[in-house]
Amino acid sequence: MSAIAVSVPAPRSGWRQLMGFNLLTGIVLGIGGWYLGHFIGDHIHGAGVVYYSTEAGQNDIAIMLGYLLGVVGFLIGLGFANYPVKRLVGAPPSLTERESEEHGLLRYFSLSTDHKVVAKQYMVGIGLFFFVGGLNAMLIRTELLQPNVHVFGANQYLTLVGMHGSMMMGIMTSGILGPFANWLVPLMIGSRRMAFPRIESFTFWSLMAGSVILITTIFFGGFQTGWTGYQPLGAQGTAGYDAYIGFFALVGLSMTLFGFNLIATIVTMRAPGMTWTRLPIFVWGALSTAALMLLAAPMLIAALLMGAMDRTVQTAFYIPGAGGSAYLFQNLFWVFGHPEVYILALPGMGILLELLPVFARKPLWGYRLAVAGMLGVGFLSFFVWQHHLFVSGINADLRPFYMLSTELISLPTGFIFLCAMGTLWRGRIRFTVPMLFSLAWIFNFLWGGISGVFNSDVPSDVTTHGSFFVMAHFHYTIMGGLIFAFFAGIYYWAPKMYGFKLNETLGKIHFWAMFIAFNSTFAPLFGLGFMGMPRRVVTYPASFQGLNVWVSVSAYVLGLSLLVFLFNVVWSLLIKREPAEVNPWHSKSAEWQLPTPVPVHDFERIPVFDEDPYPYGVEPVPAGAPVVAPAGGSA
Amino acid sequence: MDETHHFRNVVLLWLLATVIVTPIVVFVIGPGLPPGNGSVEASGQVTDNTVLLATATPVALAVLVYMAYALVAFRERTPEVVVDGPGIRGNASVQFWWLVVTTVLVLFLAGYGTVRLLADGSGGGQGPNPIAIPSAPGGGKPLVVQVIAQQWQFNYRFPGYGGVETGAIELPENTLVKFNVTSLDVIHSFWAYELGVKADANPGVNNVAYVTTKGPLTFHVRCAELCGLWHGYMFNQGKVVPKAQFALWIAQQQQQFAPATKNLPPYSKTYFPAPLRRGG
Repeated sequence: MSAIAVSVPAPRSGWRQLMGFNLLTGIVLGIGGWYLGHFIGDHIHGAGVVYYSTEAGQNDIAIMLGYLLGVVGFLIGLGFANYPVKRLVGAPPSLTERESEEHGLLRYFSLSTDHKVVAKQYMVGIGLFFFVGGLNAMLIRTELLQPNVHVFGANQYLTLVGMHGSMMMGIMTSGILGPFANWLVPLMIGSRRMAFPRIESFTFWSLMAGSVILITTIFFGGFQTGWTGYQPLGAQGTAGYDAYIGFFALVGLSMTLFGFNLIATIVTMRAPGMTWTRLPIFVWGALSTAALMLLAAPMLIAALLMGAMDRTVQTAFYIPGAGGSAYLFQNLFWVFGHPEVYILALPGMGILLELLPVFARKPLWGYRLAVAGMLGVGFLSFFVWQHHLFVSGINADLRPFYMLSTELISLPTGFIFLCAMGTLWRGRIRFTVPMLFSLAWIFNFLWGGISGVFNSDVPSDVTTHGSFFVMAHFHYTIMGGLIFAFFAGIYYWAPKMYGFKLNETLGKIHFWAMFIAFNSTFAPLFGLGFMGMPRRVVTYPASFQGLNVWVSVSAYVLGLSLLVFLFNVVWSLLIKREPAEVNPWHSKSAEWQLPTPVPVHDFERIPVFDEDPYPYGVEPVPAGAPVVAPAGGSA
Repeated sequence: MDETHHFRNVVLLWLLATVIVTPIVVFVIGPGLPPGNGSVEASGQVTDNTVLLATATPVALAVLVYMAYALVAFRERTPEVVVDGPGIRGNASVQFWWLVVTTVLVLFLAGYGTVRLLADGSGGGQGPNPIAIPSAPGGGKPLVVQVIAQQWQFNYRFPGYGGVETGAIELPENTLVKFNVTSLDVIHSFWAYELGVKADANPGVNNVAYVTTKGPLTFHVRCAELCGLWHGYMFNQGKVVPKAQFALWIAQQQQQFAPATKNLPPYSKTYFPAPLRRGG
């Protein structure tokens, strides 16, 4: 590295900061790219290749090229082309981008190679789209207040369903890893950065570009396929479906690169003494998730690319009337899609097992079993995808195998439960807000797991498949797992990440409101599914109205409970801000031994680890004693 | 309290809860489980659901009872002082027995499900070459009903009755019915809830599902796979009726639709799907 001449550009002052490579330039170039792509597409799109597209008066080639060049322009505007261009022309490259504090807030609106900045970008970006996705859910429940269409038409309703599903499944894949793994993994393994800091930033900004593309679907008639985007229904869709393709392809790209970056970081950048058996369990969670991302997400990109080609250059991968197969998309999608749901679940397990030792004041119970559980879940998740197709008529004689492999996943998941329960055994449990959210994870995921047994059993799945039962099942695992773990993480790490502690009383109000409303919303959906209500319907039998109204009202309360959280953030940040202690939870893991705020380069000297992060109860250590030798630390 | 004492308490509480709750689950909740007793296959699914629930109950209770006990017994009683718990890092025999018990449970569930599935297909779609064919009551051949799904309705064709196609469905009681499910455009799913039948309708694919009807009843058909704009409106009602009434009904249908039947394409397991058109 020292052989390369390095230039570190000095920050400009005042409004001139706005000129240069940042979000503003990105948006300008992004819009320019969209018009350029659309212009080219309009000229490519000759009469000879028109088959489907003209009927709705929309030119998919122009729209796809518009998205493509728009994203390219956006990323160039943010500065992602600078480094390769500088290297190409032989100019001295800058190894870091906007890391120092002198850049102020601008760091957060541009390409930054500081992993802590990217983590905070993720927190806000993901939070924003989580809010939009949640709002979609409120609108869906509003429509379902009555058995017949009364607020939205069928098209708006299905678009809301599709946007809600896509946002939650696409953007929230990085819901825990984005903010927490980017921020924590380097600190926990004793590294100053991720292995590929520019790629780290790229994963964030491409995800944001994708999210904006998803929202543009409303200008093109929306899409009616739900987040699964089944073909050939997708091939029928208006240009709104192009937005779905663009969105999920960018999500897939972001996930693949994120997984690749995490694996490289964790494998190669651990500090001396950070052996595999001393790796914090959250890092194991991130590593197993990263493996799934790297292996599964390319399948999604491939599936969508074929769909895009069907729509633009008139191939027929998925069009049965022209020699394609509707099963092909289902297979490819679920080869990605089932690992995907564990991509959502595993980081939550990591946070759960990371927090329980702190608040039970005990070492993690059965560390190796927990690691085996995470790796086992990850491994098995690649062999279960056809349980989504039990009644599809494909491979009828393989169904017993998929039934077995699906049920086998409950073994490694059971390990996680056993480790969580073992960690509480004879502990000294402190009911802080992060602990409450962790305990709720156990409760919610238990019901998610139990209901999964019904879905995995073919005879039972004949009734539950495609019904509200399935919908309740995956909300229990994803919202009950991922989102509760997400909040546990925010309440737990906010003092270190942001330097302020969220108000405990408001936190408890948030927790109890969210926990009760969550269960009150989704438990009745099991019943509705059992009674025969299919998913994604805009209308339903009048006899189901009572339960649906109950669910809708509970969902509103659930939405309000999230506003309590927002209020808590505003309150604790702006109104009654108290600087957080360095280690308010008396945690013994590495990140808490660093000063607050964590310095730009994390450690002045790379720490040396001589034990795992859970040395609780080994000897009477005074609270807050350092585990590692922090650099210039205040601990 | 020492370790064995806690352990004994948890086990006793769990046994108590299991002894109380499991019979309630099996005998009170079990008979009310879906999809009811509208057909032999539906009753089979009820049995299956009851077995699953009865197996899951002790497991769920183990976690719940343990958690409730732990949160009360192991709570920090002096929160103002930070004191560590014991430095226990695992217990080999607990881990071993947990693995054994959960493995046995999982293998039992998978084996049970497989046996049930292979016995009669459980009303699920089995593709063009079914592997589990229930025997017809009193022997004989099944009644073949073709379900043709399209955006956004189901039509039913009876190849044994001159290939007549109708928008309504009635089935004779105590009969083995073979549904040949196919689609003309996108993927739909034929879900006859009370009969316990669900089979995806794929364009260009014949997806076979069997059901053995019982006594007369009204059943609801809904589409269970998102198929576009009016997916939510893709439902109708069918009836299981006495055999004589079915003969009357199908004769009526044949007569009523005779002009249309002449112009239909000949009966086939699949129909070449219509060219895709853009929907709204």
